[in-house]
Amino acid sequence: MTPSASPPVLEIAGLTVRYGARLATWAVDLRLGPGEVLGLVGESGAGKSTVGRAVVRLLPEPGRIHDGAIRLQGRDLLALSETEMRRLRGADLALIPQDPLSALNPTFRIGLQATDALRIHRGLSRTAARAEMTRLLGRLGIADAADVLERYPHELSGGMRQRVLIGMAFACEPTLVIADEPTTALDVTTQAQILRLLEGLQAERRVATLFVTHDLGVVAHLAHRIAVMYAGCLVESAATRDLFRAPAHPYTQGLLAQALRADLRAHAGAALDGLMPVLTASPAACPFRERCPRRLAICDQAMPALGEIAPGHAVACHLYEAA
Amino acid sequence: MNGATVSPPLLETRDLRTHFRRGGWLEPVRTLRAVDGVSIGLARQETLGLVGESGSGKTTLGRSILRLVEPTAGRVLLSGEDITELSQAALRPIRRRMQIVFQNPYASLNPRRSIGAIVAQPLAVHAVPGDHDRMVGDLLDRVGLPRDAARRYPHEFSGGQRQRVAIARALALRPDLVVADEITSGLDVTVKLRVLALLRDLQAEFRVAYLFISHDLAVVRQVADRVAVMYLGQVVEEAPTEALFERPLHPYTQALRASVPFPDPTSVWRPPVLPGDPPSPIAIPPGCRFHPRCPIAESRCRAESPQLRALGPGHRVACHLVT
Repeated sequence: MTPSASPPVLEIAGLTVRYGARLATWAVDLRLGPGEVLGLVGESGAGKSTVGRAVVRLLPEPGRIHDGAIRLQGRDLLALSETEMRRLRGADLALIPQDPLSALNPTFRIGLQATDALRIHRGLSRTAARAEMTRLLGRLGIADAADVLERYPHELSGGMRQRVLIGMAFACEPTLVIADEPTTALDVTTQAQILRLLEGLQAERRVATLFVTHDLGVVAHLAHRIAVMYAGCLVESAATRDLFRAPAHPYTQGLLAQALRADLRAHAGAALDGLMPVLTASPAACPFRERCPRRLAICDQAMPALGEIAPGHAVACHLYEAA
Repeated sequence: MNGATVSPPLLETRDLRTHFRRGGWLEPVRTLRAVDGVSIGLARQETLGLVGESGSGKTTLGRSILRLVEPTAGRVLLSGEDITELSQAALRPIRRRMQIVFQNPYASLNPRRSIGAIVAQPLAVHAVPGDHDRMVGDLLDRVGLPRDAARRYPHEFSGGQRQRVAIARALALRPDLVVADEITSGLDVTVKLRVLALLRDLQAEFRVAYLFISHDLAVVRQVADRVAVMYLGQVVEEAPTEALFERPLHPYTQALRASVPFPDPTSVWRPPVLPGDPPSPIAIPPGCRFHPRCPIAESRCRAESPQLRALGPGHRVACHLVT
């Protein structure tokens, strides 16, 4: 696939989000091509979920988009009114959240909430919407879909609820899906089921997907490209194979070194020292410098810019800047 | 210990069962069999990893051993002494020898008490003679926190640091056994690896045994000498750590192991997808509890419940079909 050849589905430019005094993201640039799955990875607090939430404009309080642009198929999402935005959500723009229980209203049956989008955005009748949702849930491996629609959220298992939310996300044939740690709360065998379903749906429908996760194992098998965030900044992005084969940023190298090997052993003792800083102002120096094993004098003096070191492989690190 | 020459294991459970009653008043009374016949042993200074998914009963087993919930049947022996029926008063001196660290360090530390008061509490409760301030300082130092942390409060610390405080509190009485219940879930990999390294260091120094409960296979592999895998209230496989990961024999253990996606895009990840969800401990299937989801189940598995049998040094498996 050549994502750069066709116009991007999603284009994020210079996205800066503030939570009060804290900078959750700083000047993040991202592009997603049609049918592309982009894995957005980082530790908690790195800003990865904030990017996803900013795209659907559902930032938790007191989050504000301070600067930047977000374009969905060329359309500036930040210029839309709340009404126009609501028309997009659940239709062109779908979110699969981390915690399926809090995403569903506990007082309504699944059938009513799951068919909302189909009735509102696609104008289907109640009966037609139920039939369509039953078909979709069947595709997601729910054998007794009609029965599931009659139940309340608390009556379903976590894996079942997440399948319902995936069904809701894909119901109106979205152009972009934001998956925010969709399997983090699930057991490992259920996670495997859900990931394979997502992989299948993705292969079938080729929907551009922003997959936010802390788990490198998950994106290794699902994502075409991976972008790594650290302290609110994008530090590296590359095709999945390139990132795993030749990580360039010392932070990415550290992250991969402490990830699991195939025998389920992490590299013991390879834990990165120190803690991730919290930004309160535009970084005047590399945010990783305190923990970096390859720190240079310039790292204390300037924030490195994101630059290409190979086709499709960009890194924000002074080690790679032309002398 | 009836004149035997071999010293008894530090901890032993014999056919331990913990059932809960659910329903009643307008609802039929049902029995939830959380722990349903578990016999395990733990030697001094040994770590037994207890692995399972939600609903497997691993947490209830840990709490039943500590008599934080009351077992319904079976025995718990500490150094050969039967503690199953001891009154709470008679248990008090024994509680000095067994402590617990909980999953959520945000809930397990009282926000209104200083770190010093939290760590000193078990010393005060058991009226341990000596200078408690100095002992607290030494403990904080040992878990990698500054001594002056004693004057500060839980909210000033990160999740990983709070878990260190909880570990210091658990070790204050120099117990023989610590039950660690999912103590690294919710922590980032970096922090997780450091907490695990700390546990290993402290084990030799404090001569403590761990019952290490976790859903995370990779974490268990890091710390455990032996591993027991639980499914629906029973142990289905138990083996030395290497054997369990290199040569898992039970189809459930194999599925669990294969479900973890490795961070290597060149590896093939095709987990055997177990049909359905784990059944509820309220409605346990007849025969082998795993048969409705088992890829190799035969008619015998639907009728007869398999017993644990030895299939290698220290390797026990409850499956009719593996040899």
